[in-house]
Amino acid sequence: MLIQADFSTLKETRWYQVAVRFCLGGLVTASTGLIAKKYGPAIGGLFLAFPAILPASATLIEKHERERKERAGLNGSVRARKAVGLDAAGAAMGSVGLFVFAWVICKLAPTHQPYLVIAAATVCWMIVSLLIWDLRKRM
Amino acid sequence: MTEILIRFLIGGVSVSFFALLGDIFKPKSFAGLFGAAPSVALATLALTVSKEGAHYAAIEAKSMMVAAVAFLIYASCVSWMMMRHTRGALMVATSFLSVWTAVAFGLWYVILK
Repeated sequence: MLIQADFSTLKETRWYQVAVRFCLGGLVTASTGLIAKKYGPAIGGLFLAFPAILPASATLIEKHERERKERAGLNGSVRARKAVGLDAAGAAMGSVGLFVFAWVICKLAPTHQPYLVIAAATVCWMIVSLLIWDLRKRM
Repeated sequence: MTEILIRFLIGGVSVSFFALLGDIFKPKSFAGLFGAAPSVALATLALTVSKEGAHYAAIEAKSMMVAAVAFLIYASCVSWMMMRHTRGALMVATSFLSVWTAVAFGLWYVILK
């Protein structure tokens, strides 16, 4: 299946669902700063790879997929669970990119322009994640 | 207090942005890549570099590497559970956060401490 952007899914997203994800993301980021301040950067750094998006997104995907199938008069529970499973499998592949992102910053930030290193690490995350996803698709 | 508020706002925007990208794209396995986007890290590291310096950010990134391994195990567990069992997504995704915590802190203790 080709990669497609479907903007109609945004219409199914309610404002409170966006608010929940905004608050969760804000809470995790603010907490990471506080933890790093209290326990040091080695402990605080762990929370930079905290699964902040996955639980909220999984709930949304499950709800949307079930509703779509039920509108068509079908039981959408199985399809909804499979969609969440696929989403989580994608996140597992993306976590390899996340590892590379952290590795690039760890190795290059002290000796190069840090903001450029963060930008380069983000590009590396995207490329590695895409390569892993493509490799998995071909298998 | 101002710094916490700034972190909250930047983190909220960053996580929401990547979550929306995950909503838009198909197939689902590709959209899932955005579930592992460095959303919290991007929001945090930019502020950390400006306030504490690059060396401090590098220490955080070193810990982030072991936490990314924990993320891989966490996401794989969630995927496996959703594909093979009938539990709800919220329950599975939140209960397995304990796995992420155990693996992240366990690896940090064994490898980095």
